[in-house]
Formats: sequence, C-alpha cells, structure tokens
Amino acid sequence: MRNRVVLCCKLLIPMALLLGGSLYAKVLINAAGATFPFPIYSKWFEEFPKQEPDVQINYQSIGSGGGIRQLAEGTVDFGASDMPMTDEQISRMKVKPLHFPTVLGGVVPTYNIPGVSQDLKFTPDALAGIFLGKISKWDDPALKSSNPGVALPSAAIIVVHRSDGSGTTFVFTDYLSKVSPAWKQSVGANTSVKWPAGIGAKGNEGVAGYVKQTPNSIGYVELIYAIQNHMGYGSVRNAAGNFVKADLESVTEAAAGAAKSMPDDFRVSITNAPGKRAYPISTFTWLLVPSKIDDPAKKKAITGLLRWMLLGGQKFAGPLGYAPLPKEVVAKEQKAIALVN
Amino acid sequence: MVTATQSLRPQAGAGAFWRRLVNGDEVARLVTLAFASTVLLIVAVLVFELFRGSAVARHRFGWAFFVTQNWDPVAEQFGALPFIYGTVVTSAVALLIAVPLSLGAAVFLAELAPQRISDACTFLIELLAAVPSVIYGLMAIFTLVPLLRDYVQPFLGKTLGFLPFFQGPSFGAGYLAAGLILAVMICPFIISISREALFGVPREQREAALALGATQWESTWQVVIPHARLGIIGSVFLALARALGETIAVTMVIGNDPSIRASLFAPGYTIAAVLANEFTEATGELYLDSLVELGLVLFLLTMVINALAQLLVVLTSRRGSAHP
Repeated sequence: MRNRVVLCCKLLIPMALLLGGSLYAKVLINAAGATFPFPIYSKWFEEFPKQEPDVQINYQSIGSGGGIRQLAEGTVDFGASDMPMTDEQISRMKVKPLHFPTVLGGVVPTYNIPGVSQDLKFTPDALAGIFLGKISKWDDPALKSSNPGVALPSAAIIVVHRSDGSGTTFVFTDYLSKVSPAWKQSVGANTSVKWPAGIGAKGNEGVAGYVKQTPNSIGYVELIYAIQNHMGYGSVRNAAGNFVKADLESVTEAAAGAAKSMPDDFRVSITNAPGKRAYPISTFTWLLVPSKIDDPAKKKAITGLLRWMLLGGQKFAGPLGYAPLPKEVVAKEQKAIALVN
Repeated sequence: MVTATQSLRPQAGAGAFWRRLVNGDEVARLVTLAFASTVLLIVAVLVFELFRGSAVARHRFGWAFFVTQNWDPVAEQFGALPFIYGTVVTSAVALLIAVPLSLGAAVFLAELAPQRISDACTFLIELLAAVPSVIYGLMAIFTLVPLLRDYVQPFLGKTLGFLPFFQGPSFGAGYLAAGLILAVMICPFIISISREALFGVPREQREAALALGATQWESTWQVVIPHARLGIIGSVFLALARALGETIAVTMVIGNDPSIRASLFAPGYTIAAVLANEFTEATGELYLDSLVELGLVLFLLTMVINALAQLLVVLTSRRGSAHP
C-alpha cells in the first residue's frame, strides 16, 4: 500500500511539473474591441502563434465601445477600435493607450433604382443632401448633373442607415461632417447619430437587405461587405475633384495621402484625404495598446505581434478585402513600437 | 400564496422541528425556500445594478428623461419618450390583433374541434412558440415588409387614410410591421395557455348550462369563458410581457428611428431595440448610463403593466361569477 502511494507520487509530481511548466510558458493575451476588422484579426491571431508558439491571443469582437471600456477597466491586454479615442477618453485612462493603425477600410454608397444599372456618381453635396433629407427625389438636379445620360426616375429617395452603433457609421458621418457644414452643424459624427431621414437597419447585412428589396432606396455599407457580396456601388468625388470608385488601391491611396500630415499618435481621420486617386470615405482601424505593460512576457508578446503585423501580417489583408497600410505609415509605426514600455 | 403556506405550516417547537427535519419535510421546505429566494435575489440585483449603472444619466436628466424626445448621441442629449411610445404602441398593436384571433382559436380547439384535430393543431402551435425570434425577424424582412409596402399599406392608406394612423409614405418597415410580427409571435402563448384554461373548466358547468336550455355558443360564451377567465387573462399578460421585451425581430423591422409619429406606417423604435443596437458601441459615460437607464425604464414599464394585470384579476374576481 505504502509503496503504491510512493510510486504514485513519483509519477504524478514530474507530470504535474511538466504540465504546470508548459502552461506557465504560454503567454495568454486577451484583447477585445472592433467588429469591422474581426476577420483579419482572427486570421492574424491564428497565424502569429505559428511563429511564436508560446503566445496565445484571444480576441473578442464586442464592438469598439466595449473594447475601450474593457481596456479602461484593465480586463484586456489591448483593445481595438474603429474610431480614434477622444482626448477626454484618454485622460480618463489609468495607463495612456497608444494607437496603432492595422489595416484600412472604406464605406461605399449602395442603391437600388429600378431601371438604372450604371454605377452612379455622387458629389459630396449630393450625398450629404440625400442623407439630410434635403434631396428627396432621384431626378434632383444635384444628381442629374453628375450623372449625365442616366435615366434617373422622379421617385422619392428612401434612405437606409445603420441602426446599430458602428465604426462604419462613424466613418460615413465623419466624412459628411467634413464635406457639409450643414451636416456638421445639425448631425455631427459618431458611431450612432440622430439621423435626419430614413429608416435604420441592423448591420451591413440589414442595410444591404433593405436596399436590395426596397425600390429607390440608398444606403451605405463597408467596402469589404460590398466586395464579398458582389454588390454594385457608386463612386464618390474626392477632394481632388475626381470621381473615384472604392477599391483596395484607392483606399490605401487615401492613407498615403494623409500620411504626410499624420500626427505622431496616429489619431487621424483620413476621410476626404488629398490625392488624385484617393477614395474619400476611407478609414484606419486601430489597436489600442497600453503605453506601459508590467508583465515582461506580455510586453514581449504584444510588441512582437505589432512588429509582425506591420511586416508579415499585411499580406493577409488584401485577400480578405482589407486595404494594406501604405509604406509611409508602416515605417512610422515601427518607430512608435518603442513607446511601449 | 404566502399566507396560504404560512397557514398550512403548523406552529411547532424545537422537537417538532427536528422530527420534521428527519422526515424530510423541513429539508424540502428549506431547499425550496432557498430556490424561491434566488428569484427575489435576481430581481433585487437586477434593479440595483440598473439603478447604480444609470447614476450619471439620472443626475443629469432627472425626470425629464421620461418626457423628452431627443436622442442625440453626438450632442449627448438623451430622452426616453420615443422608445417608451414605440414599445407601448407595437405591443398594443400586437395585442389588438393577437387576442381576438388567439381566443377564437383557443375556443375552437377546446370546445368545438374533434380531439385529434385539436391535439394536432396544439402541437403545431407549440412548435411555433419554440421558433427563435431571429427566424421571425427574417421572415418579417423578406415577406411581411414587402407585402406591407407594396399591397397592405397602400390599400389601408386608400381606404382608411382619413385616420391619422394610416397616413404617410409606405416604407414597409415601421410600427405596423413590428406589431404584426409580434402578434404572430405571441399568438402561440395565448392559444396554448387559454386552451388549457378552457379544458380546465369542469364538465358539470357545461352540462348544467346546456340543461338549462342554453345553446352551445351560449354555454361557451356565458359559462365556460367566464370560468376560465383568470387563465385567459394570465395568458394575455404573459404574451404582453414577451411583446414588450422582444428585441431582435422588432429591431429588424421597426425602422429604428427615435421619433414619435401617429402613423403606424412610420418607422419607430422600442426600448429593447435601441439597447440591442447601441449598447456595444456606446462610448462615453453619459451615453452608456442613458442606455442602462432605458433598461430600468423597460423594467418599470413591465412592472406597471404586471401590476395592472393583477389589479384587473382582482377586480374581475370580486364581481362574482362562476369562478370562486
């Protein structure tokens, strides 16, 4: 009996040490936030541990707001957001967060007008007018003048917008605020706003669904969603005066155009960016990393992840429909990684 | 309930307590008491958390939160009235449609239909109650909304357009679509529970009515339904509670526009829908706390309506009829 117990101990203790040792070596990183980059993040967080087998990353796409809240409460190691944090939000954080742009996305106008199969061209004024409810018919002169030769019907425009709080709405309203003083004054930019017109639908799929089945309607969806679902969408006139149809190149171009005037903390909106080919309704999405990480193993893992993301990781962006970062921004971010202490 | 259990429990000393404990009665009482009190505890924690979580909004807006119409996350101005209005209107539309329909169905299934048909129908109805609400929402988006937009609303506008409820452009999505899909969702509850209540009416009651020379309709309408009244009212209020709190299906078809309009064609918003929509991306303390306060408002609304239900039950019971 006694011998058996000793034998058991002899066997169990090394096993326990082995198990405990391997668990100890594994660094578990928790992160939460934006839903828009979730497909690329889940790809990255699956690929990165293949390079660094000791790291495991758990990302919950609970929304940008939730990501910022969890980061403030210290329940996650880093957050992710589709809109840069405001000064006020940063001032309330115990540890100052750093912004790291990861990939780019765009927002496109999509519409359903019976009898019109061409891609429409939208001027900034026309888009703002439609979503303000001031342009209420498809044959309005503001639309006709930029779309010569298109037989626009004299039908009432039905506006469809996102009902759920979303980074997509933030980018779209941020753009409208930049190009239309009336929009800026009466509505403004946020993840949810007080819409002057139209009906709200939940998610990209909700907006796309309503637009698809409602004649004479217009809505806005993420570029990725439009590409993956083979939806048609219109082009928008950019700051340089050219009508640009969104694709990965024109979105990256918007970031390159904005790179010159990029602030050191990367908190920048790139809507209505300069650049001949720049698509005007584009945005970065950011990782929010605390500037001070106490656990050295976690610090090593997170900075390693950031480095890999900027170099090896970017090649995964394109196939998933995200525009990769321009070189200028990558170089700038590589320097900023040193700020994580 | 409480008085009933207290009167059943004998006044006993320590010895009797131990005897009962050994017999298991006392153990059963304590265990079930613990289970019952978890319900109270959950309610208490819920109210406390909602109250605590909404502190910033309560201090900032006070009672005005209940009566202001503005919901502007950019300017950080928040008022609950459009959401309260939308919640009440969609639930009222749902009840208006579902109650007569379901009662008729329950009476047929309990009183008139052959047993086999009744059982088969009941099985299907209970199946409907188990369908997830997102399925109802999808059905509403792809069939109900186009139907309303292209046929029903233009027709209503033409025939009943003189009423303020049936005016304005027809989007398809709006109060009417939400009310209709809610009606479909709560019908199974009312039918199923009412049918059971009608079955529970003693056979002698029916026979007595028939013996007095009543027709079958008179017996059903004047004896059986009043006798089963409590069960029927209970089913209606259970259904109402479901309608008030239904989230996904409503969010998908109500149009999500926080403004108050008389027309049922217009897009609106409900409390549950705005919580589902805006909670995840809400940044800023005031915004978040206002959403939590909306949760508190929904809780209060449900409580007020439940209290009214109890009152109704008490009032109708006092009037004295077939039921004790």
